[in-house]
Amino acid sequence: MTKEPSKNKTSGESTVESTEPVRIDITRKKFRFGDYIAEKIIKGVAFLSITIIVLIFFFVFREAFPIFSKTKEVKPVAAEQVVQDAQETYGAVTDKTSKTETQETYGDVTDKPLKEETQETYGAVTDSLQVQEQYGVQTNDTSITTDPSDTYTVSAGSGFDDNQSAIKTLITKDWVPVSDKPRYGLLALIVGTFKITLISLLFAAPIAILAALYTAVFANKKMKEIIKPTIELLAGFPSVVIGFFALMVLATFLQEMFHYETRLNSFVGGIAMGIAAIPIIFTITEDALTAVPKSFFEASLAIGASKWQTAFFVILPAATPGIFAAILLGIGRVFGETMIALMATGNAAQMDLNPFASVRTLAATIGAEMAEVVFGDTHYNVLFLIGSLLFIFTFIINAIAEFYVKGKLMKRIQGK
Amino acid sequence: MIKSFKKNIKGIVIEGITLASALLIIAIVIIMLTVIIIGGKDQLSWEFLTSFPTDGMTKGGIFPAIYGTALLVIIMSIAAVPFGTITAIYLTEYAKENSIIAKAIRFAVRTLAVIPSIIYGLFGLGFFIKFVGAHIDGAFYGGELKWGQPNLLWASLTMALLTLPVVIVSVEEALKTVPQELRAASLALGATKWQTIQKVVIPGSLSGIMTGTILAVSRGAGEVAPILFTGAAYYLATLPGLGDQFMVLGYHIYVLTTQSANVDQTLPIQFGTTCVLLMLTFILNMTAVILRYRIRKKKTN
Repeated sequence: MTKEPSKNKTSGESTVESTEPVRIDITRKKFRFGDYIAEKIIKGVAFLSITIIVLIFFFVFREAFPIFSKTKEVKPVAAEQVVQDAQETYGAVTDKTSKTETQETYGDVTDKPLKEETQETYGAVTDSLQVQEQYGVQTNDTSITTDPSDTYTVSAGSGFDDNQSAIKTLITKDWVPVSDKPRYGLLALIVGTFKITLISLLFAAPIAILAALYTAVFANKKMKEIIKPTIELLAGFPSVVIGFFALMVLATFLQEMFHYETRLNSFVGGIAMGIAAIPIIFTITEDALTAVPKSFFEASLAIGASKWQTAFFVILPAATPGIFAAILLGIGRVFGETMIALMATGNAAQMDLNPFASVRTLAATIGAEMAEVVFGDTHYNVLFLIGSLLFIFTFIINAIAEFYVKGKLMKRIQGK
Repeated sequence: MIKSFKKNIKGIVIEGITLASALLIIAIVIIMLTVIIIGGKDQLSWEFLTSFPTDGMTKGGIFPAIYGTALLVIIMSIAAVPFGTITAIYLTEYAKENSIIAKAIRFAVRTLAVIPSIIYGLFGLGFFIKFVGAHIDGAFYGGELKWGQPNLLWASLTMALLTLPVVIVSVEEALKTVPQELRAASLALGATKWQTIQKVVIPGSLSGIMTGTILAVSRGAGEVAPILFTGAAYYLATLPGLGDQFMVLGYHIYVLTTQSANVDQTLPIQFGTTCVLLMLTFILNMTAVILRYRIRKKKTN
């Protein structure tokens, strides 16, 4: 009477929960259309999150993919149709480039949202699988001389390099995307990202784990009620605010303390990101610590161990998989942090293991350059490639934290 | 005697270290709050909040940024809250705890929560602007560039994806506080499952849905990375519509501190804007913390 799942069962659905009372079929179940629709909609919407993940996979990779194809496909974007006055050079450019035989010519026009007046034509040439390259970049001369941002635009146009040489430069350490000979070396960025991740973890992990241990084991109820909401509030701090704090206050403070040269560097950025990562590490560690059964605690005390011994030698080891997960997710957070990296790390792509040198992280590179890049350009694709790397990395980290760690934790706590 | 005293000292020192770590975190929060509030409090005035920037952003107020932030979070909530709530309802009411589907959805939700916000920005650009927007333009505007460029709608939807897991997690937590007996009673009275959800479960978890919405709004108001290239603009003289770029508080801070030529000159405005953003998110989070605390209390009672 109360349910009508048997009708729906034909569509492979079973909504009966084991906890619910036994069904008594006195009368035949009525098919309720409203219920049926509601259930279908709810089920459909629930799949949205999975769909989003798949879509993110697909679309981020789709934009990165052209890098790996031999000849570049410049898809006619809608932007191309916006041909403005300045484009009389269009024909001239293609003429010029067509001097070189066997080459495909692309006259690609891009639209820059914020700088309408700098919009220019690029006659860009992709070469025919061979090494031969030629840039047919011609811009409207009058606008070049007047607009300060033009040097950039012009060179961005030369980013129409062929993808083969772009791939070759991926594993070098030069990140010079905007030049006559763009190089997209990711090594410096990757090293920088890992360096900053390490620094922030060295700062955040001990503090967060010890604080969680205090909250879970030593703290009385009153302290708990102060610490936990504070952490939640810290988690709610926008990263741009933490970045601003790091840029304005922390950078100066740390420089005075350690007397290093560059004001913004990976150390400042690392500490700031550590502040952002503390809530995550704390929360998950605390969850893991409180999940350790009370009997562990009592048994340890009963055989004569003191409270701190119990905390460090019984509870902490029992919760290691959870703490491991906490650190992993902390890494994920720092790894993809953009605003703090943009504001507090100095943003110089250099390969340097000195913690007081400026760095540029992967995420910050995307954040800083994507807004100014030419759509469909190699540079654009490389930025999406970086995005794909970040995505894969955080996805894997999350998967490890989720499956491996959780399984282990459960096993350990529920008795091997 | 001495031995036990030594042992005690060790215990006190070790406990002290853990306490110090906890206090350090609290200190960091307090220092950040005070520094930013003290730095920004002179700037805060009714005029600052309600006027447009003037003199090349070096003077004037931040009204367009506040307006843009408000629009962003409203559209974002309209998109994220219903979907998030429905997903949470599915997870608690329909899905079996250990079914593969439920597990997959939970995994997807947690993954969404840890994906870096910049990736959402890339996705917004690749999907909403370059795919959906461009196709809308192609179909309805004859290829004229209208929706295939960064604007408020796409930025809000991108932000909605980012805040979806926040909503799902809070609502799910609240739904679980509705006692199983209430559901059983409703079913026993002859209500269908959907009626039970409508009339019993959802009203019982309204505060949880509120908490989720507030947390999502606070997150959305503060995030900058996803809207860096899906709609945020440096300066606009007019208030934005759905198809325009818009100013937003967080982006305003970022631009003023790093992109503007005269950083020192705009320092008061930077502090003022940061203070406004921090206060906004702080108050929202405080409300959420209190609401959530009440929900948890209800659960334990």
